[in-house]
Amino acid sequence: MRRGEIHALLGENGAGKTTLMRVVYGLTRPDSGEIVVAGRPVAIRSPKDAIAAGIGMVTQHFSLVRPMTVAENLALGRGSGMRLDLTLAAAAATEASQRLGMRVQPSARVDSLSIGQQQRVEIVKALARDCRVLILDEPTAVLVPQEVEGLFSALRKLAAQGLAIVFISHKLGEVLALTDRVTVLRGGRVEGSAVTAAVDERTLAELMVGRPVVGQERAPAVVGSATRDPLLEVDSLAANKANGLPALRGVSFRVHAREVLGVAGVSGNGQSELVEVLSGTRPLGGGLVKVAGVTLRGGSVPEVIRAGIGRIAEDRQASVVGDLSVAYNLVLERIDDFRKGGRLDEEAIQRNARSLIERFAIRATPQAPVRTLSGGNIQKVLLARVLAREPKVLIVSQPTRGLDVGATEYVRSELLAARERGAAVLLVSEDLDELLALSDRLIVMYEGKVVGALNAAGADRGQLGLLMAGRGSAGAAAEQSA
Amino acid sequence: MVIPVAVVITFAFTAVFVVAAGADPFDAFYRFLVAPLTSPVTLLEVLVSATPILFTGAAVAIAFRAGYYNIGAEGQLLAGAIAAAGLGMVVGALPSLVALPIMVAGGAMAGAAWALLPALLRVRSGIDEVVTTLLLNPVALLLVNALLNGPWRDPETGFPESAPIAASAELPQLVARSRVHLGLVLALAIIAVAWFIITRTSAGLKLRAVGSSPRAAAFAGLDVNGTLLRAALVSGAIAGMAGVSEVAGIQDRLTGGLSAGAGYTGIVVATLGGLTMPGVAAAGLLLGDLRVGAGSAARALDIPSQVGEIVQATLLLVTIAALAIISRRRSTQAGR
Repeated sequence: MRRGEIHALLGENGAGKTTLMRVVYGLTRPDSGEIVVAGRPVAIRSPKDAIAAGIGMVTQHFSLVRPMTVAENLALGRGSGMRLDLTLAAAAATEASQRLGMRVQPSARVDSLSIGQQQRVEIVKALARDCRVLILDEPTAVLVPQEVEGLFSALRKLAAQGLAIVFISHKLGEVLALTDRVTVLRGGRVEGSAVTAAVDERTLAELMVGRPVVGQERAPAVVGSATRDPLLEVDSLAANKANGLPALRGVSFRVHAREVLGVAGVSGNGQSELVEVLSGTRPLGGGLVKVAGVTLRGGSVPEVIRAGIGRIAEDRQASVVGDLSVAYNLVLERIDDFRKGGRLDEEAIQRNARSLIERFAIRATPQAPVRTLSGGNIQKVLLARVLAREPKVLIVSQPTRGLDVGATEYVRSELLAARERGAAVLLVSEDLDELLALSDRLIVMYEGKVVGALNAAGADRGQLGLLMAGRGSAGAAAEQSA
Repeated sequence: MVIPVAVVITFAFTAVFVVAAGADPFDAFYRFLVAPLTSPVTLLEVLVSATPILFTGAAVAIAFRAGYYNIGAEGQLLAGAIAAAGLGMVVGALPSLVALPIMVAGGAMAGAAWALLPALLRVRSGIDEVVTTLLLNPVALLLVNALLNGPWRDPETGFPESAPIAASAELPQLVARSRVHLGLVLALAIIAVAWFIITRTSAGLKLRAVGSSPRAAAFAGLDVNGTLLRAALVSGAIAGMAGVSEVAGIQDRLTGGLSAGAGYTGIVVATLGGLTMPGVAAAGLLLGDLRVGAGSAARALDIPSQVGEIVQATLLLVTIAALAIISRRRSTQAGR
């Protein structure tokens, strides 16, 4: 790493990127080797040592105290004396956010912020500690295109000020657009290192996965699908956030059989709440949800599952019981189907696991606790659990966030296969490329409302971006016709 | 196994106190652990001493497995004991075969009832059960003392003890000329049934899922609150049976000191046993051994009997530390 350099760390899940950076930041102890900062070897035993050495890190899982404000979180990292100077912390937050070019409100409580906003707080926190080396673990996974651009220009500005930046990403396009040099890891080894300008996307992808990569193939939209009966109907749906403020204000749309409806929008505009209501984990605040003509009462997971909805939630870790085996997690939504009298039918559970592990190419044994699996394999377990029941409607949120190229490809192909089998798929994603690649139609959400609807084929990114930013109402008419 | 290692480390730590009390630590530890197992009489006493903590250990382990931190086994035990003493005074006309099930069921219901309020507060309003279950323990003890100094005071002796229960309500002896009684069999049977339910039934799988990841369990559509409530009530019922076992098996009446902290020791047993039922059985017997050994060591070596409690508490802390180190090592190995 050189001063003022943006260095990409690229590799599949399990390649060792995060582990390497955790070692640098003192979160994991190395077995051997040394770390040299500014020409001097340093012993980093904890994040405290790393911070003292001028290293800052924004991890994938945020280390913010949720019931505290942004300023309080910043003050926590700065422990200077007995007095708690929140004005100073607030000023530091404002200053750092200005350096970044991203708005962060110092008095906001962290648990009222969206995941994207929380990440800004993390970056600001690292900056406020005057780091010379900034490590960002998948920083763009939670940002929309406009925010990504903002982040990139901010990072370039910081690099120009002499900061060395490690940028961990799976997204090749971002690596090419942003970074000066790139190092590819595979299986815990450095596979190659190059000046970014001298390599192309395909070369990097092949270095990462060790084999040539093919793109998604997708059958064209079914003509006239809109004239058939919809499988999922949502009418004037309303719901509140955890803090009681309205999150959804009259959301209406339909998804038909053999159709993927993409939901675009900046994070925090009601998408999470929409998914939760349709998943049965958040009560209905008003309006109507129908699955294949049957009206849901809402707020009950068993009801939603019985109605034929399959759910792939945004938070994978909160969808599996890490201590339980793959086999048990695969039957978690229907334990009572695997009973013989009062006993668990272990044989049937194992049989079910073996067949799903084979069908979904899960790299694990039935007995392995799920917490030992990689993110990609956990997502496959969740896909298997849901798709094994052949749901009529799939509610999918951020299905490939944080997954490597191979797993992403696999998850997307399974979603399209479900569509081919006649399922209606509602896809919420912050990855525009993913939405455009998988969806037949798109709706855009802004402040709890659907502000636009358009066909995915030939959708204009510029127009989408404007809609996501709450400007322009193009497509409102299209929504009526859909 | 963690327990043997924990025992060795514990002895290294507590040797200081033994020496300070003026005894040879090796001699003392021999008397703590080994001596009780060398004669039939003391061996049977170990079983007597283990009986209540096998109940409370199982009770606490079931609740903890579900993620419900029931610290109130002591109070639930006393509630069961009150019910047993009350029923025992009125079932005299019934044969044992009828009277004993009534005693056990009544004690279980009383224990569950004592556990109900904190469980409802947790499930309905999210109020932390650690505080509420703990606070109800002294309330139960005060209730016992109020009864013993008031309406239930022994009319003949005037001691703060209840009148003896009917002979048909007493749990029968298992071994002649010993205090081992049917309660031991009942405790082991409950541990066996609990083991079967937790490891082999769908209800047990739901309990494990809810206990280890409530969010994922809720997402999968499991009834998290219902599971917590049921686990809390079953836990209270088993702790209540410990009270029945002590009243009907040992004391034959309600007394103020009948628990001897078995409710709290149950937390130690459950934790030492790794919240598994075979672990609870092993840890219950070990602590029963230690309880008997501490008593005889105190007499033989003229050291304070509190040294035994120090050993027991240190054993708990060392085991928790060992378990924490193991799970941390495992997570650093598995972590990315």
